[in-house]
Amino acid sequence: MRHDAVLAETIGIRGTDDDEIEAYTARPLDGGRRGGVVVIHHMPGYDWGTKEIVRRFAVWGYNAICMNLYSREAPGADPDDAAATARAQGGVPDARFVGDAAGAARWLRSLPTSNGKLGTIGFCSGGRQAFLSALELDVQAAVDCYGAFVVGTPPEGFPLQVQPLADRTAELRAPLLGLFGNEDAHPSPDQVDELEKLLQTHGKDYEFHRYDDAGHAFFSVDRPAYRVAAALDGWQRVRAFFGKHLDGE
Amino acid sequence: MCTYSTEKFDVTASSGKGPQGWFPLRTATVYYDHPVHAPQDHTVNIDFLNPEQGPAARVAVELSLDAARDLLAALQATVERARHH
Repeated sequence: MRHDAVLAETIGIRGTDDDEIEAYTARPLDGGRRGGVVVIHHMPGYDWGTKEIVRRFAVWGYNAICMNLYSREAPGADPDDAAATARAQGGVPDARFVGDAAGAARWLRSLPTSNGKLGTIGFCSGGRQAFLSALELDVQAAVDCYGAFVVGTPPEGFPLQVQPLADRTAELRAPLLGLFGNEDAHPSPDQVDELEKLLQTHGKDYEFHRYDDAGHAFFSVDRPAYRVAAALDGWQRVRAFFGKHLDGE
Repeated sequence: MCTYSTEKFDVTASSGKGPQGWFPLRTATVYYDHPVHAPQDHTVNIDFLNPEQGPAARVAVELSLDAARDLLAALQATVERARHH
């Protein structure tokens, strides 16, 4: 019988400007060296569903962590209140995200069980940030789940601090897995096509899967957007992708 | 769709009631995006906030498009009526 024990807890890690930010981690307790996964929460925040995802990766054998990107705006707040506060203040600046993700990566690599390999995975706004992490950080794999504005320009007067990243595709440092719903408008299927062309143009290692009868947030089990078939296939793709790039000593 | 699109405006001389009771409102955001609770893929969400009092100083609604249209009409009618008071 497999031991299968996981430790899950809230901790403080050092992010941008050496600020202490809240993070949720789950790690297997069976010893042995393993890869790490940085989970990037969706725009609705550092919520129950995201913590469930962190625990999923630990059950799969990875050291996993998700930083609360709204730690500064709303320390200790309910996730929905924190998300509303962050939205009203213009969202998370890219530079601050990168510093926080770098802190999470440092923390994962400092674990005695780390094999030094790291992956990132993000959902919704976190999908774009997963792409950004693969431009800026030393990671071995990145998964973009329906991230908007990797390509495509936000409308004029747009109050959130996001800019497209398409012009930086050449800088991508890690293999990219992209999972998208064909009924999504942000990113639209055309935008997914555009990103795929850019990845091909720059000779990047990528793998895209697109699902019919699925729109944005099809992994969200507690929302009407949930799509069983897309989510089941998507999780299999994620597991295979991280297995390929993060496993081993 | 994760629209990100947000209308934001200052709110003065107004109050809202949250979990801790009444508080003065300072800001409102209106956006069409995923709800936390309403049984819809997307809703018109309104947050009335007071940032000085922290994230929990918030009155939030998630409205279906039909409900949002009805609210818009009701507000329009009420604001029109107020002009004659």
